[in-house]
Formats: sequence, C-alpha cells, structure tokens
Amino acid sequence: MGLGSDMYRQQILDHYKNPRNYGELEDPTFTHIGENPMCGDEIRMDVKLDDDEETIEQVAFSGDGCAISQASASMLSGELRGKTVDELLEMDRDDVIDMLGVDISPMRVKCAVLAEKVAQDGAEIYQGDLDVEKTTTEDD
Amino acid sequence: MSQQNLESLDVEAIREEFPILEREFDGQQVVYLDNAATTQTPDPVVDAMSDYYRESNANVHRGIHHLSQEASIAYEEAHDRVAEFIGADGREEIVFTKNTTESENLIAYSWGLNELGPGDEIVLTEMEHHASLVTWQQIAKRTGANVEYIRVDETGRLDMDHARDLIGDDTALVSAVHVSNTLGTVNPVGELTALAHEHGALSFIDGAQAVPNRPVDVSEIDADFYAFSGHKMAGPTGIGVLYGKQSLLEELEPYLYGGGMIRKVTFEDSTWGELPWKFEPGTPPIAEAVGLHAAIDWLEDLGMERVQAHEEELAAYAYDQLAAEGDVEIYGPEGGADRGGLVSFNLDGVHAHDLTSILNDHTVAVRAGDHCTQPLHDKLGVPASTRASFYVYNTREEIDKLIDALDDARALFA
Repeated sequence: MGLGSDMYRQQILDHYKNPRNYGELEDPTFTHIGENPMCGDEIRMDVKLDDDEETIEQVAFSGDGCAISQASASMLSGELRGKTVDELLEMDRDDVIDMLGVDISPMRVKCAVLAEKVAQDGAEIYQGDLDVEKTTTEDD
Repeated sequence: MSQQNLESLDVEAIREEFPILEREFDGQQVVYLDNAATTQTPDPVVDAMSDYYRESNANVHRGIHHLSQEASIAYEEAHDRVAEFIGADGREEIVFTKNTTESENLIAYSWGLNELGPGDEIVLTEMEHHASLVTWQQIAKRTGANVEYIRVDETGRLDMDHARDLIGDDTALVSAVHVSNTLGTVNPVGELTALAHEHGALSFIDGAQAVPNRPVDVSEIDADFYAFSGHKMAGPTGIGVLYGKQSLLEELEPYLYGGGMIRKVTFEDSTWGELPWKFEPGTPPIAEAVGLHAAIDWLEDLGMERVQAHEEELAAYAYDQLAAEGDVEIYGPEGGADRGGLVSFNLDGVHAHDLTSILNDHTVAVRAGDHCTQPLHDKLGVPASTRASFYVYNTREEIDKLIDALDDARALFA
C-alpha cells in the first residue's frame, strides 16, 4: 500500500468519524473561519481563553471537510487546551504532522494544516496583528 | 456504440506511443484518468518539438537567415493547420495564446472592456469554467454590465427555455462551454449562438473539452469566438487557440502590446500589423505551435469521429459501472451522444479528496476538487467531486481498476 492508505490509520479515521469538540462555543474569545481553496473545505475554529487572557481554556471546531482536515481539527482542539496563545502561534506544519502521527502526502499537507492555520489566523487577528475577515491556506 | 467501434481505434498501438503510460509506482502501472486536466503527449508530438529545437530553432517573423525562415514558416503553417482542423477560413482567424483562459481574457479585455457598459448583459451558463465565469464577472464589475446564468436542469443539461428567456436585446455576449468539464454535458452551442445572433449579441464558445475529442467546425456553429488549449489534445502546454471571425478581429484593439505586432511605430504612436499577428506580440510559443501542429496531424490520423466514439463508449461504460454501485452519486447526463468522455461522482460517506488519495494507492490518477466550477458544485450541494476523464489510450480494464478500488475506500470509511 502506498502513502495514501498509510494516512488513514485508525486514529485518523476515529477522529473523523467521532470528532471531538465539534460545534461552536457559546462565549469564544475569538472565532475564525478559513478555507482550503483547493478542495473548498471550510473550517470554523472557536477559542476561549482563561482569565489570564493567555491560556487556551476551550476549543471547538465546525465545518465539513475531508478525513485529514477534520481529524486534524478534532485532534488540535484537544491538543491546544492548556497551551498559551504564543505556543499556538509557534506551531508549524511539522508539529501538526507529528500530532497526526501519519505520513501526509505532499498534496494533502494543506488539508492537514487547515485547522492550525485557521486557529493561528484567528489568534493573530485577536492580537491585532492581522486584519482580514477570512483567510485561506493558499499562501502556505 | 458497438465494441467494433472501440476496437477500430487500435488502443494497443496508440499506447505504444505513450511511454509514460508504462510508468509504475510501487510496482503498479499508472492508470491515467485525468485527461480533462491534461492529456499525455505521444512520441510524434514530442519528436516534432525536439526536432524543431535540434534543427530549426530561431526567432520568427523578422529574421532573414535560413533558420529564422524555417522557424517562421513552421510557426505560420501551424496557424493554417489549426484553421483547417476547426473549419476556420484561414490563419487570420487563428490567434495563438497561452491557453483557453488567456483566449477568454483576450476577448474580455479587448472587446468587453471597450464595448460593454451599464445595462448590457453577459449571459453565461451555470456550468461555466472559472476561466470564463471569473473573467466576465470582473469585466462586468468594471463596466457596469450584468452577468446572468442559464440554469442547469436536474439532468445536468442547460435549460434552453431559460436560455430563450434570458437572451434578449440587452444581451451583448453569450459565453458557454461546448462540453462541461464537470458534468460532461455536450451543449447545443449552435443553438445558443443562433439565439445570441437573433438579438445582435456575440457568442464565445469555450471548446477546451470539445476540440480534443470530437469533430468541431466553428463555421457550422457560427461562433464568433471559440477557444481551446493544446495540452488537452495530445499537444504541449503553453499554447492555446483563440478563433475569431476575421471581420470581428479586424475591429478589435490588441490586448497585449509590444514587438512583432506592429505596422509602424514612431515616438508618438503605433499602428497594428496584420491578423493574427497583431494579437501575438513578443516571441510566441514557437516550439509549442510545432507541437500543436503535430498533435492535430496525429489526431486526424486516428480520425476525430473514431476518437469521439471511443470517448463516448468509455464514458457510457464508466457511467454504467458507477451507477451499478448503488452508493455512488454521478453528476451530469447519462452516457450517450450528449456526454463527453468524463464522469464526475462522489462515493457516499467519503470526501472526494480522501477517495482520490485511496485511488492513488492503486495508481489510479483522477482529479478531486471543484474542477474550477465552484458555483456549480454549490448548486449540486457538494464541496467537491471526483472526476475520471478518458482519452484515446484508455481502456475498459482501466475503468474496472477504478471501480475495484472503491472497495478499499468503503472498507476504510465504513
């Protein structure tokens, strides 16, 4: 079997079929929507910060997409809890791929990093470093 | 179509001219079903281009030396060959561009920006490729013109009653795809053109998915403009064609300016050269024109009727096989004379990108996404689809491999 099937290990499929933290938060500190224009997948990330305005207390995601982008969002939503906004901003694609624990074929990397990119863009907009309504993974 | 017809195209012999089809990944031979994106290039076309570079390469038009003469003649004759192939009156009506998209943009900038204004209507179809949809949207924004879309009905065909309602005296242009790159629908472009002409409008036909796989006669369609790309018809990338009626092209302003297109230049002003050169400034795609010429020779040797019959046979077979699966949704008309050689579909419960990754494990090359028809996918209610598209070298056995591989996707996502 080639790279493709290796991507669809049990953990990925489990997160895809039973996504964690799926939905919207009632009172998010920031919310952002982004898309992967290659496939039209769109993800919304809601992030709620602790009273210290630094630590991520809760994350939720919503949207439709392929197994890789949905599983990545599901896993990331758990992974981010307890991290600081700066730690979120420091994450890169290797961190996401490590988190997924599978080889991602080059053409699917954008699917894998969509949720991370949307959360980071949301954080940057929250911090006043980015000024857009909607971002995409196109410029990665 | 009978099996006899399929065999009358000697697929085995054809495949020998495409070494790329022998390539293996992980020990499995590639099954190339992404022909609507780009077709593979047969040896005679590759040879024609490499011979050109090895033996005749020079810049065109202005050279007096032997090599430039040879290159110029080859480049100009490629225009004649294209004209003959699609039923145009001569090289004056054939402009070489980079691709279909640039052909669309040439008319959009050269005619649209200059001629359109508030109150004018541009009539497109809901199955337009972004090449025309995005382009005319932007021209409409700049000129104040409106864009209207002819509806696609539930069978994947154009609603021609709606077309008759939409196309009226305010219509300045009707632009339609000849064959849809997503639904496979073969549109009644002659009828659309006649409707446009009844109301004094022009017609632009996007033939990117038609010229490669069926006989096309622009004079029979009576289209004012017609566009297609070399790389989807066994030719090279980097060359596209814009056909335009000579009387119209003569009136149009150039879209790009520069050398090679002028009659006379002073420090104050310039006048334009003859057709088609006034639309081809700068060094043009010379080797690509030679390649396109060779591709047309190669296709005509096969016979465009037989190419069409082969495509229809494979599309009908793929349609029937996929429809028999029960958990597959197929978009566009059933197989037959009004479907080109492609089938877009979704497997229930599996995103098109995941399915395409799994098919790739079986070295089956198909495309997933919105195929540059995002509004059409919105209308279909799906973010993406998987598209299998066929060409002269494809076989039923290759379609069977695609069908067999669906089981893997089902097993993973059940």
